[in-house]
Amino acid sequence: MILDRAIVLFVLVAIGVAGCERERRDFQTPPSGAQATRSLRMTDITPGAPEPTSSARNPLEENAFALAQGKRLFHWYNCNACHGDGGGGSMGPALMDDVWIYGSEPANVFATIVQGRPNGMPSFGGRIPDKELWQLVAYVRSLSGQVEKTTATGRDDSIMVKPGENRMDPQKPVQATPSSASEHP
Amino acid sequence: MIPAQDVLAPAGPQAAQIHALWQLMLWMCTAVFALVVAAAWIAVLRRRRDVLEPLQGADTPAQSRRVARIIGIAVALSALGLAVLIVASIGTDRALAGLPHDDALHIELTGHQWWWEATYDSVDPSKMFTTANELHIPVGRAVIFTLKADDVIHSLWVPNLHGKKDLVPGRTATHLIRADTPGIYRGQCAEFCGYQHAWMSLLVIADPPDQYAAWEARQRQPAGEPPDAQAVRGRDVFERGTCAICHTVEGTRAQGKHAPDLTHLASRMTIGAVALDNTPANRAAWIVDPQRFKPGVNMPAHNLPAEELGALLHYLETLR
Repeated sequence: MILDRAIVLFVLVAIGVAGCERERRDFQTPPSGAQATRSLRMTDITPGAPEPTSSARNPLEENAFALAQGKRLFHWYNCNACHGDGGGGSMGPALMDDVWIYGSEPANVFATIVQGRPNGMPSFGGRIPDKELWQLVAYVRSLSGQVEKTTATGRDDSIMVKPGENRMDPQKPVQATPSSASEHP
Repeated sequence: MIPAQDVLAPAGPQAAQIHALWQLMLWMCTAVFALVVAAAWIAVLRRRRDVLEPLQGADTPAQSRRVARIIGIAVALSALGLAVLIVASIGTDRALAGLPHDDALHIELTGHQWWWEATYDSVDPSKMFTTANELHIPVGRAVIFTLKADDVIHSLWVPNLHGKKDLVPGRTATHLIRADTPGIYRGQCAEFCGYQHAWMSLLVIADPPDQYAAWEARQRQPAGEPPDAQAVRGRDVFERGTCAICHTVEGTRAQGKHAPDLTHLASRMTIGAVALDNTPANRAAWIVDPQRFKPGVNMPAHNLPAEELGALLHYLETLR
């Protein structure tokens, strides 16, 4: 009986402590992007046996503050001009759907922002510091429900054109080729 | 040296009105307090004397009249005192709103986390200019602030010049001030707005009209061509790196709108919204690690190579 209570208490405390991490604000330690993009490839053809592509996690995806900052930067850096407010898409492809042209993993999104992509995506390499890039990556992935609902942002600073990112159902990423993607921008 | 903000040292008519009202309220309330305490003491001492005497029956008619008269006088005095305070408050409010402002200077002041953006308005758009955290105003001329907020609620408070006024996102408010004494007046955000609320300060510098005109003329100028090769290199670092994506330097390709305008950075007294003195060493320290001075500030740390940092600092020094 006492053991049961202790276990329940332990679980409750563990949940509470995990919840604290969600709001943690690390101002001093910028994550480095170099490691994550090292194994990133633009083609499936490899010498020798096939290797899995990078699946580096983005620790900032588990942090509500980082996601909120990413959302702010999404507007500051004018991403919404092409990808639409809330990722609905306009000149650029929509980010709230399941279609990914250049990969959905955090490292893929990071590389897409840093390197730029054909047909209009500018290269932001050298323009945005690593930490801010990872915040953006986290937010971009949250647009299609790729991060936990408990950390995704819930409100806009302006009129909401769609439900908050924390209400997006996770979309299973579908890989599109650049040419097929142009059919549904 | 920046003097401390002081609500008891008014430097303009608005603050003087508020100060006068405050003095009236302070001394009146002090007097009322003293009278109440005195009355309480008299009652206590009288009661003690009464206890020694044998209990009497009901009050005589003469005693009842006396008590009624005393209560009547006390109520009348209280009502009169409150009326004086109400009239004085209304009069102060009217005086604050009635400051003549026909030739007023218009400044749009936007609160950001955690700095102030000031755009000096003009009917001629080419004469408008933007600065940050350090406002110059002419002595003896009214200034109308149009107050906006970019993210959360802030509040403008320059105690030597006026009371507080909130800046609310999605709304505009106006604030009318005038400085009659030249000087440097420190202001402070007075509504908690996040981690660095305490370091969201601004300076209002009241200049004699001719000095102000000279300052204004200089602020309207874009940044000139860099004077030497190192400054050109510094401008390249600024334009092609991360600086330009948030900061503006007029006359260059740097046109970011999410951080203080740096066109005349070197002419300011402080950086980081009055967080640090504006010296080359502080500028370097700020660029390398702003989180050390204002944890949570939106300016990221920059691990620039020494050559680039040196050139950048040299260029910033030319932005006068």
